[in-house]
Amino acid sequence: MSDVAVEMITVVIDGFEVTVPKGTLVIRAAEQLGIQIPRFCDHPLLDPVGACRQCLVDIEINGRAFPKPQASCTIPVETGMIVKTQLTSTVAEKAQRGVMELLLVNHPLDCPVCDKGGECPLQNQAMSTGQGSSRFEGVKRTFEKPINISSQVLLDRERCVLCARCTRFSEQIASDPFITLNERGALQQVGIYENKPFESYFSGNTVQICPVGALTGAAYRFRARPFDLVSTPSACEHCASGCDMRTDVRRGKTLRRLAGEDATVNEEWNCDKGRWAFKYITAADRLKVPMIRNESGELVEASWPEALAVAAEGLKAQKSAVLVGGRATHEDAYGYSKFARLALGTNDIDFRARVTSDEEREFIAAHVVNSSTTYRDIDKADQVLLVGFEPEEESPIVFLRINKQFRKRALKVISIGSKESIAVEKLKAQFIKVAPGQEAAAVSSQNLTDKSVILVGERASESAGLLTAVAALAQSSDAKLAWVPRRAGERGAIQAGAIGNLLPGGRPVSDATARNEIAALWSVNSLPSNIGRSTSEIIAAVHSDEIGALLVGGVDPLDLDDNHSALAALDKAFVVSLEIAPSEVTSRADVVLPVAAVAEKSGSFLNWEGRARSFDAAVNDSLNRSDLRILSMIAEEMGTSINLGTVTAATKEIATIKDWQGERSKMRSVSALAQPNLSTNEALITSWRRLLDLGTLQEGEENLAGTARQTVAVISEKRAQALGVADGDLLKISTAEGFVTLPALIENIHDDALWAPRNSRGSQLLTKLNAVHGEVVTVVRA
Amino acid sequence: MTKLAPVLSAHWDEKDSFTLEAYKRHGGYKASEKALAMDPDAVIQLVKDSGLRGRGGAGFPTGMKWGFIPQGDNKDHYLVVNADESEPGTCKDTPLLMANPHVLIEGCIIACHAIRAKHAFIYIRGEVTHVVRRVNQAIADAYAAEILGKGVDVVLHIGAGAYICGEETALLDSLEGFRGQPRLRPPFPAIAGLYARPTVVNNVESISSVPAIVMNGAEWYQSMGTEKSKGTTLYSLSGHVVNPGQFEAPLGITLREILELAGGVRKGHKLKFWTPGGSSTPLFTDEHLDVPLDYEGVAAAGSMLGTKALQIFDETTCVVRAVLRWTEFYKHESCGKCTPCREGTWWLVQILRDLEAGKGTEADLAKLLDLCDNIMGRSFCALGDGATSPITSSIKYFRDEYIAHLTNGGCPFDPVASTLFVGAGA
Repeated sequence: MSDVAVEMITVVIDGFEVTVPKGTLVIRAAEQLGIQIPRFCDHPLLDPVGACRQCLVDIEINGRAFPKPQASCTIPVETGMIVKTQLTSTVAEKAQRGVMELLLVNHPLDCPVCDKGGECPLQNQAMSTGQGSSRFEGVKRTFEKPINISSQVLLDRERCVLCARCTRFSEQIASDPFITLNERGALQQVGIYENKPFESYFSGNTVQICPVGALTGAAYRFRARPFDLVSTPSACEHCASGCDMRTDVRRGKTLRRLAGEDATVNEEWNCDKGRWAFKYITAADRLKVPMIRNESGELVEASWPEALAVAAEGLKAQKSAVLVGGRATHEDAYGYSKFARLALGTNDIDFRARVTSDEEREFIAAHVVNSSTTYRDIDKADQVLLVGFEPEEESPIVFLRINKQFRKRALKVISIGSKESIAVEKLKAQFIKVAPGQEAAAVSSQNLTDKSVILVGERASESAGLLTAVAALAQSSDAKLAWVPRRAGERGAIQAGAIGNLLPGGRPVSDATARNEIAALWSVNSLPSNIGRSTSEIIAAVHSDEIGALLVGGVDPLDLDDNHSALAALDKAFVVSLEIAPSEVTSRADVVLPVAAVAEKSGSFLNWEGRARSFDAAVNDSLNRSDLRILSMIAEEMGTSINLGTVTAATKEIATIKDWQGERSKMRSVSALAQPNLSTNEALITSWRRLLDLGTLQEGEENLAGTARQTVAVISEKRAQALGVADGDLLKISTAEGFVTLPALIENIHDDALWAPRNSRGSQLLTKLNAVHGEVVTVVRA
Repeated sequence: MTKLAPVLSAHWDEKDSFTLEAYKRHGGYKASEKALAMDPDAVIQLVKDSGLRGRGGAGFPTGMKWGFIPQGDNKDHYLVVNADESEPGTCKDTPLLMANPHVLIEGCIIACHAIRAKHAFIYIRGEVTHVVRRVNQAIADAYAAEILGKGVDVVLHIGAGAYICGEETALLDSLEGFRGQPRLRPPFPAIAGLYARPTVVNNVESISSVPAIVMNGAEWYQSMGTEKSKGTTLYSLSGHVVNPGQFEAPLGITLREILELAGGVRKGHKLKFWTPGGSSTPLFTDEHLDVPLDYEGVAAAGSMLGTKALQIFDETTCVVRAVLRWTEFYKHESCGKCTPCREGTWWLVQILRDLEAGKGTEADLAKLLDLCDNIMGRSFCALGDGATSPITSSIKYFRDEYIAHLTNGGCPFDPVASTLFVGAGA
């Protein structure tokens, strides 16, 4: 796909000339002139269908008039075309009024009790294009309503105008054709297959693009009137896709989130987690006031000055390190980064609250810093290689983008992994099946070109040598390389230097010039020059008494491997916790400082592309403050100012930091491990986190949880035969640490492997097994 | 006076006319032999020259349709025969297939040769089980005789009984296993039809007309019919006539002539209104007895030749009642895809029911006509247009009768009087 010049065509619409690219639909060309032709089924990102007939206009081409009005959403412009819309053609105007009246024949006109009332394209266009009252005096068709088509989407078939936007979205965009139109005539209706609910990760988009109140979200139904909501453009905090969002708040309470429009990133879509997981903001157990641990070991409420003083004293009194989770905003991560270097005088900081490796840290410094691969590169790719990455589960908009190109031009997708996933099936990807831990060799044997894109996920760190192989492949093939982390804040944390080997702007800690540049910016004489400890090294250092205090922000220790050791370290150290809700850290902290959730503060995330996704506070009257404001206060209390009193101050300071132009640090090669020998009852575990699982930010979202994929343990046919199990039979999967019992599912998986979701109900592999990828587990019939 | 000109129906009166043996006795499968020896383009040219036009209703020149199929595109091409005859009044394909299924099979072989297709699909209406059996037997016999399977395969597909599947793109969707709903055009079936491959969709009668054209030549076919409507065709006479049935005559014959051949309108009654081409074509009255029944003649008189389904209604018939029945059919058969047809037919039925019951005012007639205006030409396919035809034409010719229902407080007709069993003591 090349960027060749497109042929332009000039047409006349309502007397005005407009020049648009060949292939542009008449309805879209009219938009260029500001002429709004009413429409329902038309959607710029869906294939035209011409079903609702609302957009009828008069068209003539080179003096030859169409005998009847044409649907402007299905006809591309042509040279010599003259279009008359409702503004200049009485025929078009009457046709549109007629269609509008017909649309309302079977519509219940229950606007006063409808969620859509006030923001409803049907209501609005009935006012602009319809007639004041209907001539219909007959009997409307009725249906039972609403009916659940999933635990989170409700269908009111009476309100439906059968535009097929939802069904087309599900098929054409999400490749989840779980809803279709059934029956015929006026009894035509949206429906699901019996016993097969609408369990798509993208189902919420259908609610958003429904031009009437037919599809509503269970979480928002009857909660508010659109005109009572205050809407704020925002960014999604749930993953690194970088969706533009809109947050709707009424009286300080977030009631709804919608996908925003950004053609370069999420187009107009988002995933159900981004849309429907926000109750954590208003959860009853949110931390609101500072707490300190008293002499008898209990956490008690304290004033801010008191808590800050205790925190400052504890951090100052001993060697301290910083653990900041991958959910911090770019600005907050910058605050932690600066705080570690200035207030604590250390490079012992790591944003990676997950299973990591030193290989990964070096890969980040060498290949992720300043990486410029974008969604656009996927659009232009000749092939996409997925390594340690399940886009639908781990970065859903990346999946949608790959899927778009797959559907449009059969983009070739290759996935290297142990278990074939639903996304691999949907993308008809070439699935290269390897044993867990043996991915590196498969990567090395790929033939890519400089038009190819390699998307490597954060789980690549769990297979020794894999990131080495990925870096080598990118270099030898000149393919575009992108590292796609799961969490929204990780790319920003890299840029902010919230990791032991990097300073802000991708500067290697080991480089004196780099250190001097940042020292000058921060008005200090020097910065610590040794490479800082990683997360696991910090924990080990607590146990070995080299580190006595921890500043912990947004980390769930249960996300770490060997989390018994992590919890023990938190028990042992003096812990200052910046957190929005109680966690395993809170119960072990000495000082707890409440911070603002994303909706309550401004800031930005850098998505996997490194693209800034900034947002304003959606909830204006929150008393909660951004992490960096609190870090500034602790720093002041410690006598070392970091001068980041507000997000604006941080934004300004960050803007002055140019990307590092010097040499990047090199990555040391790591070899893959040999595959361990397995006995009959042993398997190599592999796993990933599903989009909808037990993630902290999904707590309390029962409707959302209802559409999570089933918890299963996937084994191969061969293993199933050896164990004598069929689908649904229970398997006991155990390590020295513990066991989980899960129903078996026989699928396309490497014979040596066993897959289970990493953090789903009944399958919390880190806490139960301390094994997530490549470790040997024992599998027996339960 | 125009005489019958049986070509398709020449041997229908023979007891075994449907068998391969009988078909061969009358020169069957000679035309395909001849055509297969010809250059495919020459076959297309021959059909073009004959002036054969589509017998499914629209009258599109058959040879031209074949000519639209891109050649040398290295894609599979398909022939699809539309045997989903479902329109009220239309009843020509059923007797044709019962009496002579082999002529369709031979037509398929010739058409496939012309458009370079290896597969023909016959999409047949599911309710006509007897026809399904007969065509299946004919196909089996043709395979057994090695007439099929040597270059051309014919597959019979049985529809599930939806009028909309007679619309060619809805038919293709249904044939592919989807719900039958019309497709957006372009792309037209000639470019992306069945399984997105170049496809010709022809009516049973069109394809069945081809063997005779190949045998007897374009000039012979041209010699019959009128200036722009060539050849012979099946006129299906039904309703209040003495001898209903198929009358094969050159295009351009008038109803007056056909009625004479059929023994006239029911004894003691006179013609009130009739459809020239099925229920979706605007009604005619006794004013139109001398309209030439070819594509141009019927169009000039304000209707359409359609499927030449001549439904005859005498003066005992309430036109409001007849139109309501048709409208109920369209409401039942509307596929639901587009608003005007889906919602419009729902509404039309309710207004007509009220009118038939004598409820409403003359203003409702205006509303009815305006509603028809909002459906006609605004729908996705012709189903919506067809639904309005009987209504607008009946109000045009029988406005007084509608008003009589209102002033009478109900239907002024005795419905029994229009039945065939009236006076039979039933």
